[in-house]
Amino acid sequence: MRTFFYLVIGVFFGILLFKSEAASWFRIYEMFQFDAFHMYGIIGSALGIGIVALQIIKRFNIKSFYGETISITPKEKGFTRYLIGGILFGLGWALAGACPGPMFTLLGAGFLPIAMVLISAILGTYVYGVLKDKLPH
Amino acid sequence: MVFQPWPWYVSGPLIALVMIILIMMGKRFGMSSNLATICTICGAGKRTNFFKLDWKSQKWNLIVVVGVVIGGYIGANFLSADATVAISQNTVLDLNSLGFESAGRAYLPSELFGTNVFSDIKNMVLLIIGGFLVGFGARYAGGCTSGHAISGLSNLQLPSLIAVIGFFIGGLLMVHVLFPFIF
Repeated sequence: MRTFFYLVIGVFFGILLFKSEAASWFRIYEMFQFDAFHMYGIIGSALGIGIVALQIIKRFNIKSFYGETISITPKEKGFTRYLIGGILFGLGWALAGACPGPMFTLLGAGFLPIAMVLISAILGTYVYGVLKDKLPH
Repeated sequence: MVFQPWPWYVSGPLIALVMIILIMMGKRFGMSSNLATICTICGAGKRTNFFKLDWKSQKWNLIVVVGVVIGGYIGANFLSADATVAISQNTVLDLNSLGFESAGRAYLPSELFGTNVFSDIKNMVLLIIGGFLVGFGARYAGGCTSGHAISGLSNLQLPSLIAVIGFFIGGLLMVHVLFPFIF
């Protein structure tokens, strides 16, 4: 049953990424040109609601749907990895016009060349795993 | 209404809803970790400790991602009367001058995502480099747009703020400094 819920959430998120145009290369380019409010509105409103919701969950110790305690692991402290990793991610995001979620959406939408982007993203992930201990974090 | 592009004030809150539901199910919202799980499934854990994990604990997220693929199919084929993205006139003019004729007339630039790209080595290499940077950078930074910009910032995490600032430094650098050389 839970498996089915995950699938439904995924389908909904996939539709949402396509219909919000967050999966459009053009919208990402436009965002980095500061030519429209669209992407900022999406991320900003998601964030505003997200901050309030997480504060409520934490303050009132709200349990999960299954009665378990919700623990949201804080991100590891650090600076270098977040800045350098972030910059590399941003370079790729603007060039390919897709972050990981939209890559899967576009694959489903039938844009075959996105498969190359997705496979090289998996390869990039692998190369990071191999080089991890040699990189500054 | 559903068949039109969804405005930001509908889309943004719905993205928050997806994150909240996943958290209420005892999970978290992050797409790029699936890329690492796929490496593990392909056997990367045999050679590299980073990928040595029980991928079955991440199965739920892979199921989400299978849903995302299906959702993309449904969104494109059944829920869109016209998938043209109405980007601003400024952006259209910018992109036209870079050689993107499809700006303002398609969902994705046909120059990069049309099937003719398979015979265009330069643009294929660009897609591969772009994808590689996204995968490498996401894991280096420990998350992508969903994990840092939405979940991490929602949880008021300083590392996520640094990562998101990095996303923008990289994106602005690419679009404003490198694009004129590339295209």
